[in-house]
Amino acid sequence: MLTIDINKQLGDLDLQVNAQIPMQGICAIFGRSGAGKTSLVNILGGLSTPDNGQLTLGATHLYHQQQKINLPPERRRIGYVFQEARLFPHYSVRGNLNYGNKDKDQVHFDTVVGLLGLTELLNRYPATLSGGEKQRVAIGRALLTRPQMLLMDEPLAALDLPRKRELIPYLLQLAKTLNLPIIYVSHSLDEILQLADSMLVLDKGKVLVNGPLHAVWDSAEMRPWLPVKEQSSLLMATITELNQKYRMSKLSLADGTYLWINGMPLPTDSKLRVRIHANHVSVCINRPTDSSIRNILSSTIAEIIHSESNDNVQVKLAFGDDHIWANITPWACDDLALKVGQAVYAQIKGVSMTESELAQSF
Amino acid sequence: MLSDYEIAALLLSLKVSSVAVLFSLPFGIICAWILARCEFPGKSLFDSLIHLPLVLPPVVIGYILLISMGRQGSIGAVLYDWFGWSFSFSWRGAALAAAIVSFPLMVRAIRLSFESVDIRLEQAARTLGSNRLRVFFTITLPLTLPGIVSGMVLAFARSLGEFGSTITFVSNIPGETRTIPLAMYSFIQTPGAEHEAARLCVIAIVIAVLSLTASQWLAKKAQQRVTS
Repeated sequence: MLTIDINKQLGDLDLQVNAQIPMQGICAIFGRSGAGKTSLVNILGGLSTPDNGQLTLGATHLYHQQQKINLPPERRRIGYVFQEARLFPHYSVRGNLNYGNKDKDQVHFDTVVGLLGLTELLNRYPATLSGGEKQRVAIGRALLTRPQMLLMDEPLAALDLPRKRELIPYLLQLAKTLNLPIIYVSHSLDEILQLADSMLVLDKGKVLVNGPLHAVWDSAEMRPWLPVKEQSSLLMATITELNQKYRMSKLSLADGTYLWINGMPLPTDSKLRVRIHANHVSVCINRPTDSSIRNILSSTIAEIIHSESNDNVQVKLAFGDDHIWANITPWACDDLALKVGQAVYAQIKGVSMTESELAQSF
Repeated sequence: MLSDYEIAALLLSLKVSSVAVLFSLPFGIICAWILARCEFPGKSLFDSLIHLPLVLPPVVIGYILLISMGRQGSIGAVLYDWFGWSFSFSWRGAALAAAIVSFPLMVRAIRLSFESVDIRLEQAARTLGSNRLRVFFTITLPLTLPGIVSGMVLAFARSLGEFGSTITFVSNIPGETRTIPLAMYSFIQTPGAEHEAARLCVIAIVIAVLSLTASQWLAKKAQQRVTS
């Protein structure tokens, strides 16, 4: 467990973080730019010192203002992968990788090099590498110091989409094979959907919400804060059937309901996380019969929230233990006379659910 | 091809300049690092002090050295009593004068190079388990190498040409302190020695061109190592 309880004044931003982060899997730190994400990880890594408070990793105090403890970065055993790879230009890839590799364990070296696909690059110099390659070397270099935790500050932000897609599987592999806790700073919900197990949302230097991904994702704290088109719900699902003719996959949800999605990204029995955008869900009073929409869920209205500016209405639709949110217009809400407790049908367009809305979960 | 007299002056010039550069280099690196990386009250005074030899007439520096570092000088007497070191009227004094006069040029070049080293690389090295000292020797210093090379070359060239403070501090003694500029001065003062003066002039030009070429080659090598 990483326990954070710190305070730091950074210009206009008053960074005040009090949170506990489990030391397993990937924890995403999410927030807009200027929310203090990078400042927070710099404090975790020891590159900057908080004004007061304490920072404890497992049983070790990394920082304790009252006990006057402040471990320097080189003694924290925390790996740090920066947004720009920060490779040393005067060392070869091998030299960069070995820079912090104290025990010179050849087996570990080969594992990391193999995992990140660096074998071909070992004798090259950073100036000749592509952005994705540089970032992989930077990750390998941090891993070879045998850290007890890895910080990653938007490691994919400087890369184009194909490079991002290329790197994400490596990151997932890493968290899984090496069993290394990762703190992953990002402002992209797409990345977080793919990678994170838990999530801490930072807003203007304060923790907005912190917890397991599916609990935080559409929580009451998070939703009003996101732009309407980013509002979505997460469902856990298993692929139970593939339709070869139309290239669709059937996703079974917890309580026996199911959804059909476009394409066949994974074999049957794969466990998935599915993101359903609230803007892609519509509400019907009666079960539609002649609709192009395949995904119709029988549900109950659990909550109705009118947005502050009254330009949309958010309806929480519960079915079994799960729920999704639908964004509809106030006019539609009044016409249908929706009220809490009412039984309705939720329609989700199958074509709106593509691979970027899915993430494999382990 | 060269007379014994010319060879003696040439070798002495090279010896004085090399010793001046090698001994001032560690101090040059330290001062450059302090100026590039530290903030403290009196920094601008420190900066001015280091740059002083650049603006002072060399004769003044020679005079200050004479009264402070001579055998009877305030510092020189102590050095002689404790260590038996003497700078007066010896090539060591010439090297000291050359080192002081060329020091600001060396510090300026190295300082610029320190300032251009990306601090973020040093931070990355810290997170990889290196303490400040190891970061300095494995990251900062190697990345400063092009600046160190050009600082050394500048200082070497300035030392080769040093005249005023040398003749004031350690006089013009053949074989001991008579470097090429001083030898040339002596010939110019002697009626009928125009030919010898001209030969020394050519020698001075040749070593200047050689050292500049060497410096460009070295700087290129160093830059390649840093940016690969």
